[in-house]
Amino acid sequence: MQAFRAKAVTAAVATAAVLLSAGCAESKRGETTEGDQTLVFGVAADPKMLDPSFAKDGETLRVARQMFETLVQPVPGGTEVEAGLAESWQASPDGLTWTFKIRQGVTFHDGTTLDGAAVCANFDRWFNATGVMQSPDVTGYWQDVFGGFAKNESESLPPSLYKSCAATDAATAVLTLTRTSSKIPSALGLPSFSIHSPAAMQKFGATIGGTTQSVEYPEYVKAHPTGTGPYKFVSWDVAAKRVTLERYDGYWGQKAKIKTVIFTAIPDEAARKQALRSGDIQGYDAVAPADQKPLADEGFNVLMKPAFNILYLGIDQAANPKLKDLRVRQAIAIALNRQALVDSKLPPGAEVATQFIPPTLAGWNADVTKYPYDVTKAKALLKEAGAEGLTLKYYYPTEVQRPYMPSTKDLFEIQKADLEAAGITIQPVPLKWTPDYLAAIRTTSDHDLHMLGWTGDYGDAYNFIGTFFDRPRKDFGFEDQALFDLFKTADAEPDATKRTELYKQLNAKIMETLPAIPISHTPAALVLGKNLTGIKTSPLSSELRLYTAEYTS
Amino acid sequence: MGRFIARRLMQLVPTLFGLSILLFIWPRQLPGGPETALLGDRGTPEQLVLIRQSLGLDEPLIVQYGKFLERLARFDLGTSISTRRPVLTEFADRFPATVELTVTAMIIAIGLGIPLGYLAARHRGSILDQLSVGWSLLGVCVPIFFLGYVLKAVGAENLGWFPSTGRQDPTIDATHVTGFYVLDGLLTQEWDASLDALWHLVLPGLTLASIPLAAIVRITRASVIEVLGTEHVRTAEAKGLTDAVLRRRHVLRNAMLPVSTTIGLMTGTLLSGAVLTETVFAFAGIGAFLAQAISELDYPVLMGFILFIALIYVLVNLVVDVSYGLIDPRIRVR
Repeated sequence: MQAFRAKAVTAAVATAAVLLSAGCAESKRGETTEGDQTLVFGVAADPKMLDPSFAKDGETLRVARQMFETLVQPVPGGTEVEAGLAESWQASPDGLTWTFKIRQGVTFHDGTTLDGAAVCANFDRWFNATGVMQSPDVTGYWQDVFGGFAKNESESLPPSLYKSCAATDAATAVLTLTRTSSKIPSALGLPSFSIHSPAAMQKFGATIGGTTQSVEYPEYVKAHPTGTGPYKFVSWDVAAKRVTLERYDGYWGQKAKIKTVIFTAIPDEAARKQALRSGDIQGYDAVAPADQKPLADEGFNVLMKPAFNILYLGIDQAANPKLKDLRVRQAIAIALNRQALVDSKLPPGAEVATQFIPPTLAGWNADVTKYPYDVTKAKALLKEAGAEGLTLKYYYPTEVQRPYMPSTKDLFEIQKADLEAAGITIQPVPLKWTPDYLAAIRTTSDHDLHMLGWTGDYGDAYNFIGTFFDRPRKDFGFEDQALFDLFKTADAEPDATKRTELYKQLNAKIMETLPAIPISHTPAALVLGKNLTGIKTSPLSSELRLYTAEYTS
Repeated sequence: MGRFIARRLMQLVPTLFGLSILLFIWPRQLPGGPETALLGDRGTPEQLVLIRQSLGLDEPLIVQYGKFLERLARFDLGTSISTRRPVLTEFADRFPATVELTVTAMIIAIGLGIPLGYLAARHRGSILDQLSVGWSLLGVCVPIFFLGYVLKAVGAENLGWFPSTGRQDPTIDATHVTGFYVLDGLLTQEWDASLDALWHLVLPGLTLASIPLAAIVRITRASVIEVLGTEHVRTAEAKGLTDAVLRRRHVLRNAMLPVSTTIGLMTGTLLSGAVLTETVFAFAGIGAFLAQAISELDYPVLMGFILFIALIYVLVNLVVDVSYGLIDPRIRVR
């Protein structure tokens, strides 16, 4: 009896609690007023940490972009670089010495002053990384751009491109390289090369310790990012998946219009859309193509980001001897009706790719060999090559959405139909994006065909074509020393005009030898609340600057 | 009772040991691994190999398992490969969210389920019976993510009454002491924060309640029908007891045993993470975290999770067993 009475009491309390919550919460709604000074931006995930120098993921870099600045920075809405923390720069004729004039009157969020020495302290920090900081998942972009470190601890690390940095005076930093590289200066605009306050790094400790198995982030990386950008760090509530930033009143340039910016993680795409509609958030990135028009019709600001990506059909010549025959690869290319694919499966603004870099990038070549749709000729080519009745395994990823491939299944189906019309039998191999698909493509040789793409990091053609074709890769399974050598020559060419010419040659050569088939370039979209304006979109995926945003009413 | 509890806890050890072997081997047999998640789209094949080595994933499984056990003995669950934070901290940070959500859902499910089940049984075959059974069936049949989206479309998008995501309005600068947001607001006397957290619980709570609600309605109904047919109830009715007394003293109490088992098991299920509800509502609990860990094959987190779920189930079963004794004195005596 006692127990039963206790239960009845519990039930009563519970009911009361529910009623109370309903009643009180109702009164609460009246008090909530949307302060025009706060912008809540929905993101797919939390940043991995707060120091962009150790990150490669868009979530980390997007948050860092608001707090940090780089020596050079992408022009708003474009991929070329313009003055950032460096007012100007000058390269020696051999391309080995880069002199940066450092902007004066810039202060870090901790009040210290930016000068040449501070810039060099940052480069030294990256270059002198040891232990786990030499792991590619920690210093990914450093390794992509500069290769190795002062003392390489693994044989697989290449020698470093970086030689030294000298602050000849407060307003000058001289960067010396070991060889010429196409990546400088445009890659220095990557958020990973953000300039941090040396004083803050010293104070809180900024060296990553531990092992790859259990990386230990220091205080600076976890809780005290200190840059020069328009917003400064306030808090990161890991449990609630929320990063809060506030306007930095000592910013050297145009100060932020909205006082507080909050990034809140909503992993589910549909949930982000609902959160926008119900006013929980005022914007989110990477809007699904199917949602773009409906959201625009409802009055939300859907902003298109110029296409800076490529979707391609990979061909693995090591997987199937028939694929070594150029005629077979040509047949595959012309069997695909890429225009129909773009028109029916990709969002408005997408276009057929004639080569592996988008047309906006220097080095794009109008005169490359083109492969217009011609199924009759495709059949003839296959016959000529003795490859009639060819059966190919087509690997494609599932459970993934990228701006360049909004629906992998649809894209696969339409290509399969085209290829089968030309007499090629397709065996579908769908695999989960992480971790199965990427691992299969990169480490095995069984994928005759595969669907993949790339979004550019910074505005240089090498970041596209070099990534795919400048060395032997399991993805494509071919060896073409002449091509690899031409890449080396292009990368080492200090003169930008000459290098652009070399890129054009490379594009022509790639489209002639056809190691893979470029399919399309697709613009991405960003959506903002109905009364939120002032944001200029960039083709670069991590590039979003919120300090110019403002509410119109 | 003390010895009983101790014995139950001891039984946990072999269970966990067996589970740990199974779950250690299984995800490691899948192609790929956390290294792909770590490097993302952009890792080169060389980098993949390097990461595998430094994560120790190229060592024989038995060596990896040995190391795992050794760390476990020191209560070290390791570090999440994807977030780089200790697994224990990750759980501690997220568990309060899941508890809040579970409690809300169970309050709704019990508060509605038992009366509905009782009424359905008392008025068997009536419209009321058919409605409540049909409705609870619907709760089982409708996929939970669909229900979540529908509730949000109506409650958040169209009516604008409820927030659609998260545990608290991000613009509320709340102090968090325990991680239980509703409680935190009461402790710090930030009433608005507490209310806002409650408000955020309504839609996900309703969504999640649909699962236990259906079970509770049906079990209560069946159990009450059974008890109603027994002789002591007939005797009590013949004695002329009022309906209220009859219900409280003779029917519900006797019908509660199977219901309390259901409630216990359901609580265990919900506590071990409502993956779909938490994902749909961006509710940062352990369910959403598990979904992420699975997609990235974050072994340390998965391992920790399995241990955690086993623990929850054993504890919940313990509580259910103890509650039997409370409800039915005959069990206490035995």
